[in-house]
Amino acid sequence: MRGRSAAGIWAGFVLILVWCLLPVVWILSLSFKPVSETTVGSPHFLPETWTIQNYKDIIANPDFTRALFNSFGIALISTGLAVLFATFAAYAIARLEFRGKRLVLSLALAIAMFPVVSLVGPLFDMWRAIGLFNTWPGLIIPYMSFTLPLAIWTLSAFFREIPWEMEQAAQVDGATSWQAFRKVIVPLAAPGVFTAAILTFFFAWNEFVLAISLTSTTAARTVPAQLSYFVGPDPFNPPYSQLATASVVVTIPVVVIVLLFQRRIVAGLTSGAVKG
Amino acid sequence: MTTTASTPTAAPTRRHTSDRATAENRLGLKLVAPAVALMLLVTAYPMLQALYLSLFRYRLTTPGEKRFVGLGNYVTALTDSLFWQDLFNTVVIMVVSVAVELVIGFAFAMVMHRIIVARGLMRTSILIPYGIITVVSAFAWQFAFSLNNGFINGWFQWLPWISPDTNWFGAHWPAMFAIIVSEIWKTTPFMALLLLAGLSQVSDDMLEAAQVDGATWWQRLYKVILPNMRAAIMVAVLFRALDAFRIFDNIFVMTKGAQGTESSSFLTYRQVIEQFQLGMGSALSVLLFLAVLLLAFLIVRLFRVDLAQARGEA
Repeated sequence: MRGRSAAGIWAGFVLILVWCLLPVVWILSLSFKPVSETTVGSPHFLPETWTIQNYKDIIANPDFTRALFNSFGIALISTGLAVLFATFAAYAIARLEFRGKRLVLSLALAIAMFPVVSLVGPLFDMWRAIGLFNTWPGLIIPYMSFTLPLAIWTLSAFFREIPWEMEQAAQVDGATSWQAFRKVIVPLAAPGVFTAAILTFFFAWNEFVLAISLTSTTAARTVPAQLSYFVGPDPFNPPYSQLATASVVVTIPVVVIVLLFQRRIVAGLTSGAVKG
Repeated sequence: MTTTASTPTAAPTRRHTSDRATAENRLGLKLVAPAVALMLLVTAYPMLQALYLSLFRYRLTTPGEKRFVGLGNYVTALTDSLFWQDLFNTVVIMVVSVAVELVIGFAFAMVMHRIIVARGLMRTSILIPYGIITVVSAFAWQFAFSLNNGFINGWFQWLPWISPDTNWFGAHWPAMFAIIVSEIWKTTPFMALLLLAGLSQVSDDMLEAAQVDGATWWQRLYKVILPNMRAAIMVAVLFRALDAFRIFDNIFVMTKGAQGTESSSFLTYRQVIEQFQLGMGSALSVLLFLAVLLLAFLIVRLFRVDLAQARGEA
């Protein structure tokens, strides 16, 4: 019985790894196929001849590097600002009694479920009228709004767990209130803030609907939107290996973040939604 | 404050606490104000704008011809078979992907819950689909299913309905299948992690007691594990269903809506951005918003999801 269930777990373990990583290995393999091979048609999983020419091409492509720059800039700025505002709000929700607390939480929840496409029309119209169309702020503002709910929920769950009495204890021991905040509360709150930042960054890095609707040139177009423009005239015969290469490049930051902070991400995802 | 005269000693303390409460209330409101303002600025205001625009025949290419049509746009949309076809596609994608994810996600959660070694490796690999850009997932699967460059046909040609020249994107249902696979691959980790959190709340004592009483594995699953994870399952279903209902990225990349694979979100996008039909697009936006609202209401009502309870706030 024990042996059988252990074997089952191992089988499950292997299956999960294969299921999760196969498509990643697949685009990695595609990215090393020469363009000539994919143009003719290459149904093999691995390249027949390996090349790094695709990587050279993609890095030399100014549209792609510009989109990468836009993606980093927009995602980092929206993450920074959203987490800042969410920290204020989450602190208030976790620690203070005020009227409308539940309303704020419900609003956040409603916005988390909001169909983003519904806003494309009005935002397109508004942004063109006030000159935000095809600019960084034009994407940063809606990204902040849509990441705030997740950040607020995650952070307020974290803040609720912080032993705030320690702040007073430190003050009793002679610390000034600034020292108590700086030396006691900040280190306790930092992991939560950091987790919220990672989840927010993922959202902004991934976002596609607004990125494609509210931009028109590489001035503000992010990587997901730029990728969809690489497709060319025939959507059923796109430049496979180059797209795969670009995909691998934009997946690298994701993999790095996951490798470094996997524990935090799991904690953040589950604390926001389920009692943990 | 009439009591001040009769009980002069009690008044200051009472006023003190009430001042304190007022101050706390004020501080709380100040702290949440920026976040609330931002959330409303980008959602509530544009939504009202959409409500207004939806009453007009308004095309951006000919703004001079903006004309009030009342509920005309809604009538046009609701009587058009394309609207219903796209809504049907959206619901099919939502129901199938959430159902499959629930099963796979639960299996993942069971394995992750039990495994003792290589937890880090497991977490890392499960988080990669979660973190990966949806557009990238769509490309990966589009290429995998591709007729000329994909490996799916080669690997699975032993199945009776797959041959080396199966064209997945040449017909409605195969294309829908490919879209759903990409959707499931990308979002199962989220489901699995929420279920894992629920699973870790099921007490081991209860499971052992059931085992001692002679319950089989299935009985323990159905009678002990699942009922105790109900809140977690419902929250996961609610979040994922509403998320899947908004499907856009996968369809945009994989088929561009060809072979009748358009979703409601894609239809709305196409009206606004490609055809500049702001009036009609706004009407579709409002309908989509109402559909999401209705769906959320139905799920919460039908399954009696209590989010506050699930988060331990009650």
